Amino acid sequence: MADTTAIPAPVRVSALDRARDIVVKYGFLAVTVIAFVFFAVTEPAFASSNSLFSMLKFASVTAILGLGVMFSMIVGGLDLSIGSVAGLGVQLAAMTMVFYNLTAGTAVVAVLVAGLIVGLLNAFLIVVCKIPDLLATLGMMFVIQGMKMIPVAGQSVSSGMIMPNGSSAPGKFDPVFLMIDRGSLGPIPVPVLIMLVLVVACWFVLTRTSWGRILYAIGANPEAARLAGIRVGLHRGAAYVISSLFASVAGIILVSRIGQGDVNAGASSLLEAVAVALVGTSVLGANKPNAWGTLLGAVLVVIVLTGMTMMGFEYYYQDTAKGLVVIVALLFSFTLSRKKVRYAPAT
Amino acid sequence: MEPSSPSPAPALQLHRLTKNFGANRVLKGIDLELRPGRVTALLGANGAGKSTLIKVLAGVHDQTAGEVRVDGQAVEYGTPMAAARLGIRTVHQRIDDAIVPGLSVAENLLFEEIALGEVARVASLNSLLPRARQVAATLELDWDDAFLKQDVYELGIADCQMLLLARALSTTPKVLILDEPTSTLSQSEALRLFSIVKRLRERGVAILYVSHRLSEINSLADDLAVLRDGRIVNRQELPFDLGAAVASMLGDAVRSDVAAFEELTGSGTVLSIRDLRVFEHSEPIDLDIAGGEVTGIIGLIGAGKTELAETIFGARKRGAGSMLLEGRAYAPGNPKAAISAGVYLVPEDRAAQGMLPGWSLARTFSLPFLSDFVSGGVLRTTKERSRTRRAIEDFAIVTTGAEQTVDALSGGNQQKVMVARWMQRRPRVLVLDEPFRGVDIGARRVLSQRAREQAEAGSAVVMICSDVDEVREMADRIIVMVEGRVTLDARARDISNDQIVQSMTEVA
Repeated sequence: MADTTAIPAPVRVSALDRARDIVVKYGFLAVTVIAFVFFAVTEPAFASSNSLFSMLKFASVTAILGLGVMFSMIVGGLDLSIGSVAGLGVQLAAMTMVFYNLTAGTAVVAVLVAGLIVGLLNAFLIVVCKIPDLLATLGMMFVIQGMKMIPVAGQSVSSGMIMPNGSSAPGKFDPVFLMIDRGSLGPIPVPVLIMLVLVVACWFVLTRTSWGRILYAIGANPEAARLAGIRVGLHRGAAYVISSLFASVAGIILVSRIGQGDVNAGASSLLEAVAVALVGTSVLGANKPNAWGTLLGAVLVVIVLTGMTMMGFEYYYQDTAKGLVVIVALLFSFTLSRKKVRYAPAT
Repeated sequence: MEPSSPSPAPALQLHRLTKNFGANRVLKGIDLELRPGRVTALLGANGAGKSTLIKVLAGVHDQTAGEVRVDGQAVEYGTPMAAARLGIRTVHQRIDDAIVPGLSVAENLLFEEIALGEVARVASLNSLLPRARQVAATLELDWDDAFLKQDVYELGIADCQMLLLARALSTTPKVLILDEPTSTLSQSEALRLFSIVKRLRERGVAILYVSHRLSEINSLADDLAVLRDGRIVNRQELPFDLGAAVASMLGDAVRSDVAAFEELTGSGTVLSIRDLRVFEHSEPIDLDIAGGEVTGIIGLIGAGKTELAETIFGARKRGAGSMLLEGRAYAPGNPKAAISAGVYLVPEDRAAQGMLPGWSLARTFSLPFLSDFVSGGVLRTTKERSRTRRAIEDFAIVTTGAEQTVDALSGGNQQKVMVARWMQRRPRVLVLDEPFRGVDIGARRVLSQRAREQAEAGSAVVMICSDVDEVREMADRIIVMVEGRVTLDARARDISNDQIVQSMTEVA
């Protein structure tokens, strides 16, 4: 049919717009590369393979948290409880081994089950009770942070500590458990491996399976998704369960790294995770939350932080640097992009 | 109390009033007079420009050209407050826009006085009560102090409507504009409103009354004006010829009685509906929808067509009643269940209910039937694109290809995508709700051809609209609905357009 091939008059794109599109698409990648080269030149130690892997290892916790919160962003929400879930994992793993003298395997299972329960609770509050997701997960965040203080009377859990009842703790950190962070497969540290496996899994699920398509559809237009036969509530709930589970995994790596159940662990990681997921939304002109973008976001944040540390900036400069990274990334999506950004949290 | 003389000087006069939104002219030269002591009914289909006209009169929008005269004097007022000061008060249809939740009933009643600073800046709620009682009394609303002090949130819709009316009447207006005031009211509440309107008329207020309910217009109005495509196309005084009014509201279509297709005569019932109440209080209806033909359901706004469609599709909670699909009990709890049973719906508002911002044709096309595109657990985008390309060809969709975003297409081509995606599987029942809304003639032809082919292949195709011409273009059988009831059910060839229009305007 000849007449069907008629194509609408192409929208005229000016040279300026085209340049802007290129900036939007590759700008952030360029920033990452430039930052890397800059630090590599100014600090020769920066680019050694040793330091590369330790940077990736450093990035893994944030990246995994970011991947989790990304799922809640894809369905049009935001899970604020992830930092506290990671912290809960830290303490629960420590308690399982130190208080109850159980194995590393039990600790891992306990943490994952706790994450699952929190995720289901979040899903229940958001989907069944219809509480706006930001508020439901904000409440959940405080509940978890407070509740986990109770059994330890606000103390951090470490091997050989005096328990709240006055006796000394019967167990200690299982060496196998500590190997989660310290071990490596060939040159690749285990946390980096876990991170890469999760990135690839998320990428595959989100772009190559019908479930990923369904999640993006819910984020784009929940009513249209419902009328296309999607059980919106069910899948939104599942996104929050995934988010919590990923936070638990991050918690396991974190506690294995610090070797004690620090009561404050994980608290600060919420903002970092949201930041890297937002950066990921901007990368390569995707304009929607995506797995590789989130990884790249985590890597860039770590490059900047490591570089700054090597150049002698004190730790208290770090939050400012992170914030600037996020704002620059968002400039690419919201200000420069001519496309509408697909991430719009429910108000 | 002045008796309404045959032609008192108009309280409000519109002279060649036009309103443009960008390049789009919505009001194309309106001449209209509202006389004191008379109720003028305004009738118009969706998109005729009613809301725009009301907003210009209410001071929400400025007119582009033309004059508004109050008592013979040309006036300019750019804000709702200025309009109110001239004595022009409006009660809008959407009460949510005018009620302030979180404030008390009294504060809501006196909201304008508070906003204008006519009330002391610091005032206790109790000090507002006398004035609030006074305002409520204008409508003989028997609201005591406890009622006035409660949060407006506690009020039902009808009381909110009364509150807004009382607010509009806190100073006796010269002109009162009521935009579909009864759309949310029950019978008895509506009767109360009518007696208030009649009393205001006796007091010499000029009233513009917008409604789709012809029975109300018949019993309440003295004059009638029909708006169509930004112009007043019909004016009447009592007694009204409502058939002629509706005919002019729906357009020239009504004059051509010819259907230009080979009639399909159906192949037995696919969906039977028994004792279904479309609205909570409407009478139960029975319908048998046949496969192998197109059933057209036509009615004015509020007839319950969309509600019926959503009930069939499981998108709305079903009240009383039952359904059988090909002889078996059918009670979909959600759209997914309906789709699995082979019952599909193309909703009336494609932007809000069908399209996904930024999504390509291919992704939009495959969404309802994703499992058809999965093999080995993986979504096959090649298959997605090739099937979409076939649909592009079948429906002659004008696009750069399967990867173009649906947003970038014209309205007609967007609608083709919306319809085509439900025809990739053979539907048992395919409901098209307002398929021609915002669709050009060319696309319209393609859509009705494809829908009729689908019917010919055995599907039960149901087409819902409010335009006689549109229903004629597609349907073999025509069902007319009024306020949840069926008032006509006949073969399209056996009935004239006059009969359809008459049934659409049948008064309860």
